[in-house]
Amino acid sequence: MREVSVEAVTDAIEEMCIKVCHELSDDMKACLFNAYDNETSELGKKILGQLKENLEIAKEEMIPVCQDTGMAVVFLKVGQEVHFTGGNITDAVNEGVRRGYTKGYLRKSVVSDPIERINTKDNTPAVIHYEIVPGDKVTITVAPKGFGSENMSRVFMLKPADGIEGVKKAILTAVSDAGPNACPPMVVGVGIGGTFEKCAIMAKEALTRPAGEHSSIGYVKDLEEEMLEKINGLNIGPAGLGGRTTAFAVNINTYPTHIAGLPVAVNICCHVNRHIQWEI
Amino acid sequence: MDKYIEVPFDKSVSDSLNAGDYVYLTGTVYVARDAAHKRMMESLDQGRELPFDIKDQTIYYMGPSPKREGKVIGSAGPTTASRMDKYAPRLMDMGMTGMIGKGKRTNEVAEAMHRNKVTYFAAVGGAGALLSKCITSSEIIAYEDLGTEAIRKLEVKDFPAIVVMDCHGNCLYN
Ligand code: SF4
Repeated sequence: MREVSVEAVTDAIEEMCIKVCHELSDDMKACLFNAYDNETSELGKKILGQLKENLEIAKEEMIPVCQDTGMAVVFLKVGQEVHFTGGNITDAVNEGVRRGYTKGYLRKSVVSDPIERINTKDNTPAVIHYEIVPGDKVTITVAPKGFGSENMSRVFMLKPADGIEGVKKAILTAVSDAGPNACPPMVVGVGIGGTFEKCAIMAKEALTRPAGEHSSIGYVKDLEEEMLEKINGLNIGPAGLGGRTTAFAVNINTYPTHIAGLPVAVNICCHVNRHIQWEI
Repeated sequence: MDKYIEVPFDKSVSDSLNAGDYVYLTGTVYVARDAAHKRMMESLDQGRELPFDIKDQTIYYMGPSPKREGKVIGSAGPTTASRMDKYAPRLMDMGMTGMIGKGKRTNEVAEAMHRNKVTYFAAVGGAGALLSKCITSSEIIAYEDLGTEAIRKLEVKDFPAIVVMDCHGNCLYN
């Protein structure tokens, strides 16, 4: 057994929340710079130029890249040889979020109840996905999710007979419906298979895979490339005002499913696709 | 076409704007989003006044991040306008002439815009750090308990936006 103090998890998450809201990861920056160089729509290019400038200002002046600093989604992969000490791990994660959002001047966007809607004033609780994995490490991924794009996400319970064509249609439908609301250029996370909830979690996790990295499964990689090409032909463009750059990446994860089903989740993210991963 | 517009503005200015115009707004705008709109509607239902006179005013759909020491405001980009679609026609009928947000609107909103000569501007979503630089002052004027959703009065200078829906029935998203 390796002992890991929950305080170390709190400290890490505090720092990760602040960093990820002020500076995008290298993969996302590369997508933006590349798109700026290749966008042919004049207005589209102007908007991508503003987004580039926005990133510089955000980092230099410590102003969040976007004011919607999201609901904190945390993936915690815990090695089965790990023994947490010093407190409750869920409380420790939430304490990290609380400190990060308070000390980092991040927006508190969480309400305590979906109907009564009282702001919790510290952006807690986080949405935490735990997974027990082999080994003695703890891998933490923090991915604050904005809701302009979250609201445009969908789950489709397709029939096995719908096959891959049905999946393509589902992805394109979700992206077209999202349009300007999701602050394009988007990143599209897709989960295919599993159950109703499994495909949604896969779609969310797919958003944390660096843009440009493809699935190791042959047909899935092909599907990612084909979908990106098709999405960029929809002419939604930067800010939804036309152009080629509608999406930066389509990341797809798959899982075995039931003989009777073909669940597909499409989690739409905006160009402010925040993800950061640390290991303890 | 690039245009420099002073806010607040009256219906004649809306009349002169067309979908596709790239504008720079200078002057005063009010900030309100979901919770503030809900509360404003409740006030009106109870026969009370709005916290500010809406005639000729522009509402920016936005909820900023907290400001750091020495700054006017935190990150301050637009939020999705369609969530305010339920409330916007009533405010337009009361004299509001401009809205700033992002994303598509309903037909009811388009009709109210046409009826009242109102312009809907899109600011670039996810450019909150950049847009915050165009805000020269920010003051909470009502509903402070709503935190980021409080009503704010902003002074803006050369705030960049695009006319996405004009009062003549044109929409740049289509
Ligand atoms: S969808 Fe993304 S970029 Fe747009 S406002 Fe929300 S977090 Fe910001």
